Amino acid sequence: MYDFNFHSASSAHDAAAKLAASDDGSVMAGGQTLIPVLKQRLANPSDVISLAGAGLSGITKNGDGVTIGATTTHAAVAGSGDVPAALRSVAEGIGDAQVRNRGTLGGSIANNDPAADYPAALLGLGATITTNQRDIAADDFFTGLFETALNDGEIIKSVTFPNATKAAYAKFPNPASRFAMVGVFVAQAADGVRVAVTGATDCAHRGPKLEAALSANWSASALDGITIPADHLNSDIHGSAEYRANLVIVMAKRAVEAAG
Amino acid sequence: MVENGIGASLKRKEDNRFLTGKGNYTDDINRPGQTHVYIVRSPHAHATINSVDISAAKAAPGVVAVYGGQDLIDDAVGGLVCGASVTGKGGEVNKTPPRNVLTIDKARFVGDPIIAVIAETLAQAKDAAELVEIDYTELPSTVSTANSDADGAPQLHEECPNNVALDWELGDKAAVDAAFAAAHKTAKVELINNRMVTNAMEPRAAVGEYNSGTDEITLYVTSQNPHVHRLVMSAFMNIAPEHKFRVVAPDVGGGFGSKIFTYNEEAICAWAAKKINRPVKWTSDRSEGFMSDAHGRDHVSTAEMALDADGKFLGMRVNSKGNMGAYLQLFSVSIPTLFHGFLLAGQYTTPAIYLEMRCVMTNTAPVDAARGAGRPEATYLLERLVDVSAREMGLDPAEIRRRNFIKADQMPYQTPVVQCYDSGDYHASLDKALGMSDYDGFSARQAEAKGRGKLRGIGLSSYIEACGVAPSAAVGSLGVGVGLWESAQVRFNPTGGVTVFTGTHSHGQGHETAFAQLVTDRLGVPVEQVEVVHGDTDKGQFGMGTYGSRSLPVGGVAIVNACDKIIAKGKKIAAHTLEASEDDIEFGEGNFTVAGTDKTMNIAEVAFTAYVPHNYPEGVEPGLDEIAFFDPLNFSFPAGAHVCEVEIDPDTGTLEIVNYTAIDDFGVLVNPMIVEGQVHGGLAHGIGQALLEGCVYDEDSGQLVSGSFMDYCMPRADNLPSFNVDYCPTVPLHNPLGVKGCGEAGAIAAPPAVINAIVNALDIKHLDMPATPEKLWRAAQAAG
Ligand SMILES: Cc1cc2nc3c(=O)[nH]c(=O)nc-3n(C[C@H](O)[C@H](O)[C@H](O)COP(=O)(O)OP(=O)(O)OC[C@H]3O[C@@H](n4cnc5c(N)ncnc54)[C@H](O)[C@@H]3O)c2cc1C
Repeated sequence: MYDFNFHSASSAHDAAAKLAASDDGSVMAGGQTLIPVLKQRLANPSDVISLAGAGLSGITKNGDGVTIGATTTHAAVAGSGDVPAALRSVAEGIGDAQVRNRGTLGGSIANNDPAADYPAALLGLGATITTNQRDIAADDFFTGLFETALNDGEIIKSVTFPNATKAAYAKFPNPASRFAMVGVFVAQAADGVRVAVTGATDCAHRGPKLEAALSANWSASALDGITIPADHLNSDIHGSAEYRANLVIVMAKRAVEAAG
Repeated sequence: MVENGIGASLKRKEDNRFLTGKGNYTDDINRPGQTHVYIVRSPHAHATINSVDISAAKAAPGVVAVYGGQDLIDDAVGGLVCGASVTGKGGEVNKTPPRNVLTIDKARFVGDPIIAVIAETLAQAKDAAELVEIDYTELPSTVSTANSDADGAPQLHEECPNNVALDWELGDKAAVDAAFAAAHKTAKVELINNRMVTNAMEPRAAVGEYNSGTDEITLYVTSQNPHVHRLVMSAFMNIAPEHKFRVVAPDVGGGFGSKIFTYNEEAICAWAAKKINRPVKWTSDRSEGFMSDAHGRDHVSTAEMALDADGKFLGMRVNSKGNMGAYLQLFSVSIPTLFHGFLLAGQYTTPAIYLEMRCVMTNTAPVDAARGAGRPEATYLLERLVDVSAREMGLDPAEIRRRNFIKADQMPYQTPVVQCYDSGDYHASLDKALGMSDYDGFSARQAEAKGRGKLRGIGLSSYIEACGVAPSAAVGSLGVGVGLWESAQVRFNPTGGVTVFTGTHSHGQGHETAFAQLVTDRLGVPVEQVEVVHGDTDKGQFGMGTYGSRSLPVGGVAIVNACDKIIAKGKKIAAHTLEASEDDIEFGEGNFTVAGTDKTMNIAEVAFTAYVPHNYPEGVEPGLDEIAFFDPLNFSFPAGAHVCEVEIDPDTGTLEIVNYTAIDDFGVLVNPMIVEGQVHGGLAHGIGQALLEGCVYDEDSGQLVSGSFMDYCMPRADNLPSFNVDYCPTVPLHNPLGVKGCGEAGAIAAPPAVINAIVNALDIKHLDMPATPEKLWRAAQAAG
């Protein structure tokens, strides 16, 4: 770890100000991604600004859905009766207990790991990300490998998930890291059927072919015979592109079955 | 019966300190004035080092010293040594390319140490390390076990043309050829024994300290064998003479073989501590561990069996290559040869066996002994070949084993590959395992699973290992450079407590408990009054350490032999005090008694008398403190039958072990709870190898791909079933305690049991480890 200046932000506004005042600062939420990167000397921020005291944690339910603060931990989401079951199961399946007790929703989506779980849930439920600057639709948020629509200095405050009639997430964990080798989130959302896939490509994305099939017929068998071309899928020592292509369909079917 | 003696499942004494955070590991040790060393390593798999510029690093804040390989050579520090000289084909001994502590003109694997930067803090050492400028010319690299000896492959060492360190053969080639010529059928399998990183929970670490007043160096180090560390560093590396060199291996958090060896960083800490006259500390981080700990396994083999019409094995032929990595580590070539070849008979009467083993150098971390060391490779190869043979013959895997087992009444049994087994009942073990796992009910369970869309399979592994390492003369004649006896000192303190010094080392195995039970059993001293001490060359007598499941079979016998000397001396003292003849003194449950009388004296009173010898037998030395050295007459031969049952989801390739039964013959169990723990740990290791673990280097770049836990998959609790463990003991001829060793069995037995279950589920001939979900999915798709 290189030396850096450490700050505690009292609000999102304060964090943005401290970030703006630093040479090359970085905000930190749970630190579950940032700290390992710092320890390996793969990042060298001048300043680290903690969001822990920024008042961005909490879960609020209303008639239309649920709003989850950016620094709400995975464990808090997994354990909340206000959070729909499908979303709870996403949080429950992340990492291990230690990671879930520190890692946060905002940190996960800001980082946008290609194998992260939450991005699939945000896309699958058609969530809206609220930052200190604006609201961003999930469909516009995840733009590439570890890339998002966030501007420099933009800080996520919360994410709002609209209610869905049916929803479920099926994850095939990478045996070593237990991130998603492939994860598929399906929902009968407010604006129709949504299917989101993570782990298979550069970043989580929607599956139009699968959405079309499930819109016509909400059942696992509706996906029979659909194949996913493997050519643009991830391939590594844990799974080839062909294998991931297969997993997308299998996980989508399992998610539909679980959603009922 | 003595309370808490042999056979008692006593809770582990050491766990109090381990579970309350009071363990004292090497990284917990901090010495006044301590500095920190960080090692600059090669980022390339193979490169010429044209020049190194350390000037900026030396000038960096907090830097105390920066050293390269030449600095050690200038101080007459020797290189790292290989302790094996194995004679191969044509009487040629293995070639041992030299290895400097810090490599000077060439880097041969990713992680090869080049420069040591010593600074006041670790952060400063790391900062300065980034300022070391090394000019490399990258060379093509070769990491493949199968192809590194091919024409045109990049060459690692002048001493090893075609990257071959040793071409070794074992057995009677002509007899095997004749067996194949006469065979009714033959079976053949090509297989890979996947490379593993042992990944002890505690990473390697060292703290070197020099006392200029006494001219003595102390090295605290993560070692399985502190005396061997001292011997090697003294005799071959010239760090300090043994009497001026103390090596302490405090609490050590797992070794699995990887902490047997003397490593570069440890030598640097010991040497530099004197050089700069300040303590020097090094602790590996996990990434360094992946790169630089000795790895294990990594064989590619073709194995063939000749069978007669009844399925009897007539002859076996094996052609293998073993990857040695970039340098020969301490045991290195002895593992794929002696420790592998000598076990190829397994539990069977195969009359003729021929093995060719080529040890090849590659641009990878050195490969050496890892839990089982050669024996898992032999067992995997043989037990897979046996199943392929059964398939070829249309026989049930249990039946083909029964037809070929050595029978209990054939013991001792001389195999065609050197080892002479002294005991074992393989039929009985298998029968018990089949019964416990309801082998007969399998087809019903398989049909039921099919109804749920799952492929269910069952697999056997009838394994044998050679433990209790090892008779010194035998290993010496084979080219191992040390004796493998063990030592113990049993010291009564004047007030009756006992301190036991053992030359073995416990790094998780529970010696402090099991060895205390031996003393309690023999001497009748309450177990709370027996303290077992190990791991410090200044405390105990010389010992050879812990590996090869030797601590109890060899070290334990030394302890009871020392106890027997205590009893013999105690009888003299008791006879004098009780005014009886020594011949009339009987000893039992801690009391010396005049036979047929109630005149008796407790051993604590005898000890007190020995230290306060006012009324004492003439000619007997005061004190009650005895040393024994024990050199075993033979290896011990733990063996057993394991049955694994799996279910595979054909849609994803996900596998679940639904049932695992282990029947082992470890002889006498001193502490059954500890033994069961060792079995569980070994099984986790073996199942990890079969399903999850695989060390991968990129074929083109030579980079380590599986360099962290994100990519190297260790077994977790939820990968494992609840094991059914039981025993089928027989009495070893050679071991006075009747024990055989149990630490490696699971790692040896499990891989073929798992893979045999998988090929059974998929109805295929073979599948290489690790059996990842993708491999299983592909095989399931192909099988339809
Ligand atoms: C062992 C382990 C296992 C894991 N397994 C999984 C898994 O199975 N699935 C999975 O999805 N993830 C997994 N993770 C990642 C985990 O979910 C992380 O918690 C998450 O990716 C990052 O969240 P964090 O709060 O820790 O963020 P941090 O590490 O603090 O920050 C990560 C990045 O996000 C930025 N950031 C944080 N908060 C905000 C904000 N509010 N606004 C703008 N930028 C922000 C930071 O500047 C930084 O660049 C695992 C992590 C570990 C260590």
